[in-house]
Formats: sequence, C-alpha cells, structure tokens
Amino acid sequence: MTKPVYVIEKLNAWFGERHVLKDITLTIVLQQVTALIGPSGCGKSTFIRCLNRLHEVVPGAKVTGTILLDGEDIYGPTVDPVVIRRRVGMVFQKPNPFPTMSVYDNVAAGLRLNGVRRRAILDERVERALKQAALWDEVKDVLNKSGSSLSGGQQQRLCIARAIAIEPEVLLLDEPCSALDPIATARIEELLLELKKSYTILIVTHNMQQAARVSDVTGFFLLGELIEFNETRQIFTNPKDRRTEDYITGRFG
Amino acid sequence: MTRGLLIRRRISNVLMLSLTGVCTALVLGVLFFILGYITYHGISALDWDFFTQLPKPVGESGGGMANAIVGTVKLLALASLIGVPIGFLGGVYLSEYGRKTTAGFLIRYAADILNGIPSIVMGIFAYTIVVLPMGHFSTVAGGVALGIMMIPIAVRSTEEFLKLVPDSIREAALALGLTEWKVVSFVVIPTAFRGIVTGIMLDLARVSGETAPLLFTAFSNRFWSRGWLEPTASLPVMIYTYAVAPYDDWHRQAWAAGMVLLLLVLGANLLSRLILRRQLKG
Repeated sequence: MTKPVYVIEKLNAWFGERHVLKDITLTIVLQQVTALIGPSGCGKSTFIRCLNRLHEVVPGAKVTGTILLDGEDIYGPTVDPVVIRRRVGMVFQKPNPFPTMSVYDNVAAGLRLNGVRRRAILDERVERALKQAALWDEVKDVLNKSGSSLSGGQQQRLCIARAIAIEPEVLLLDEPCSALDPIATARIEELLLELKKSYTILIVTHNMQQAARVSDVTGFFLLGELIEFNETRQIFTNPKDRRTEDYITGRFG
Repeated sequence: MTRGLLIRRRISNVLMLSLTGVCTALVLGVLFFILGYITYHGISALDWDFFTQLPKPVGESGGGMANAIVGTVKLLALASLIGVPIGFLGGVYLSEYGRKTTAGFLIRYAADILNGIPSIVMGIFAYTIVVLPMGHFSTVAGGVALGIMMIPIAVRSTEEFLKLVPDSIREAALALGLTEWKVVSFVVIPTAFRGIVTGIMLDLARVSGETAPLLFTAFSNRFWSRGWLEPTASLPVMIYTYAVAPYDDWHRQAWAAGMVLLLLVLGANLLSRLILRRQLKG
C-alpha cells in the first residue's frame, strides 16, 4: 500500500514575478488521503493546480521542477496537458456545475465530450458516479433538471460525481467544503472516506479538524514552502517543526 | 441614531425612489407613445392589399408594399449572413483568446471605430466596392452595407456576454480533460448563448431601420426584385420616399410601413426566444 502515485521534486511556481511555491519535494501514495493545510496565500491551491497542469492556464504563470505521475513527467516536452487532466479529477472551492446542463448532462459531460456516445454506457457510468458521490438517491428523479437548481451541498457532490465519472486515477479537492454548511461538510467527509477505497485523494483545507478527520498524511505549507509532511497523527500530536505547532494550535494563521 | 439623521435618510430615500420612478415612467411613456402613434396612423392603411400588392402608380390610390417587405427580409437575411458569423467568431476570439494580446486590442479598437462610422459613409463604401464594379444597384450591395454595419456590435456584444461566463466554469471544463475548443464550444458558448442571441437581435433591429446606406446600394424598385442582383425596394426607403411625397394616401402607407417594420423586428425577436426556450427544454 505504499506505491507512489505522484513523485514531486523541487517544484517551483510563479505568478509573474511572485514566487509562490519554493522547492516543494514530496511523494503522494496510492489510495491515501493527503491533506494540505496552511494559512491563506501559502501556495496550497497553486500546488494542487500544478498537479493537473491547471496552474499554467493563468496568464504569466510559470512552473519548474519535476512531477512524476506513475513515473511519467507530466511537464515533459511531449506531454499534452489535456491527457494529464483526464487522469486527474478536480473539485473546486465553489461548486461550479455547468449552468446550462442538466444533472445528468453535467455528470456525462466529461465522458460525452471525450467521445463516449453509447447511451447505455453513459447511463451506467452516470448512475455509478452519482452513487459514488452519494447523490443518486436525491437526484434520481430530477436528472433532467438544471444542475444549478440543486442546493449548495448537492451541487458540490454533483461536481465530485462529474469529476469521478471519467474515472481518474487521482482526485484533487481544493477546499471543497469552504462554501458548505456543517451538515453538507460531514456528508462530503464521509464520502471522501468511501472514495479513498478507489482513488488517491488530495484535499486542500482550511479546516484543521477536517484534515485530522479525513486524511492519512498531512502537509503544512507556509509562505510557499512545505514546512512539514508526515502522517496526520504525527502532525497533529507531535509536530516536529515549531511553526507547524504554532499553526495547528491556533497561535497564528 | 438621532432623529434628524433618520428624517434626512427617509427624505432622501423617498426623493431618489420617486426620481427613479419618474425616469422609468418617462422611458416607458416615450416608448408607448411612439408605438401608439405609429399604430394610430398606420392601422388605417394596413389591409390585406398592403402585404400582397405592389405599389400603385402615382395618382392611383390603394396598392401595397409586398415588394418592400420581401426586400427588407432579403436584405436583413443577407446582412445577417455576413455580419453574424464574422461578428460572432470575432467576439469568441476576443473573449477566449485575445484578452490581453495586441491583436485583441487592435480588433477591439477597430470594431469600436467601425461602430462610430456614420451609416451613410458605410453606404458610400458599399457603393464603391459593390455597386460600381457591378454597374448597377442590387440587393447584394444593400446586404453588404448592412452586413458590415452589423459586425462591430455583434463582435462586442458576443465578447461581453462570453466574458460574463465565470472562469471557474472554464476551469471545471479544462479539469475534465477537454481540449480548449471543446471547452469553448460545448461549455462556454452555450452558457452565454442567450445573451449572445439577444445582442445579435438588437444588432439586427438596429440595422433594419437604416435608410441612408440603402439609398445608393439597394436603391429602390416599384416592382418585384428577382434574385439578388436587381435593385430592391425596402421598408425604410419606402417610408422615406412616401413620407416626403405630397399625397395623403402615401403618408398613411408610410406609417403602415413603419408599423410593419416594427412588427418584423418584434417577430424575429420573439421567434429567436421561442427557439431558444424549446432548445433548453429538450
């Protein structure tokens, strides 16, 4: 159970002149939940956006260093970012279902637009994704209604279903619960523990209890540097670095 | 809070609220006054003949403007054929690829200047590039003049509506591993589609009333215009000709033509909305 999925070495990232990630080196292991914590603006989101090559979409953004996904350098000169993004699902901070599409079409979007046409296959994959996202029972009668008509928590689970419908190897979640109430948050956390059985998960969170509850390993970011990366239990009970301790005990941040 | 402050806020609240109310009433009032006035004067000349008959020779009463109605529809169709694709694709380029590029800046600038060119100048332009080489006035020349006039508004309104699509939607689509053109054509454009269509309908409404560029491109015609290469009658030019003529009967018909032109634009608008709504349901 310690097969590395991502091997990241000396990753640096910039927005224009601003150096937002400095020499990040870490390894992400198969079927574990990795939580990334740290104060706002410390580079956590930029970090996971480097993992599916979404960072470079922003004008002026730059990346150096290597990221191996299953041994393949995703920043290699011949690598198409589109192919990488198909292997890595992403869920964003604010629920962002496609507003013109129905619940069904939202989940089917990734498959359909990547060439899956057969209705039977689509039906089956959509149902499976919605079941995995723990949303099926709530939406099975409103599959043709607009995705935007769901509640915030349902929308976020819809986005998770949309991301896992294309059966990625890794699931990246960028503060997926920050716009949700505690009940919806609890549902998503349960869901993560369930999804962990089939996916490797990275979650950025501001909520330290959440990191402690759902993750196996935790990384603490501060001002663009990875300060500490260890088993979650270690980080929260016996942090090695003074700054980690200060952060998790609420002395700053 | 002191009593004085409370009263002052109440007064300014009432004041500003009534001001906005008065302005709304003014806008609606002018609109309905114009609509009512046109209907009042036009309805009496609006009969079956108006839609089916050709204009009668000077001195005879009756007749209709069937050729001008068809002419206007043809001119607008041709103008849309030229203006909509160029304007739409240009807008897509500006919003999705040309946000901070020099090319984008130049296109945006050119579109804004093109928009400011007086319509009569556009007529002279079409006259020079189409009418002179062909040697005669034609529907094509009028369509080209109106089509070029449609481009700048189509470009800028398409761009603005696409820009309203939040980046988070684009990122969600990219993160699904979709190629850029799929993101734009299957996610971004559908999201902004209603707005884009509304912008283009407004654009069409604007050029539908243009008279000056038609005077020396499509010219006019008292008979049917066959095909696309003959001069054609059009409602705006007919309105102009009939309104300045010294006959009461013609004045009434000019009002009726104005009314038909309005109904035409309204009809196109309703039709596009209907199609859009059906599309969203299905």
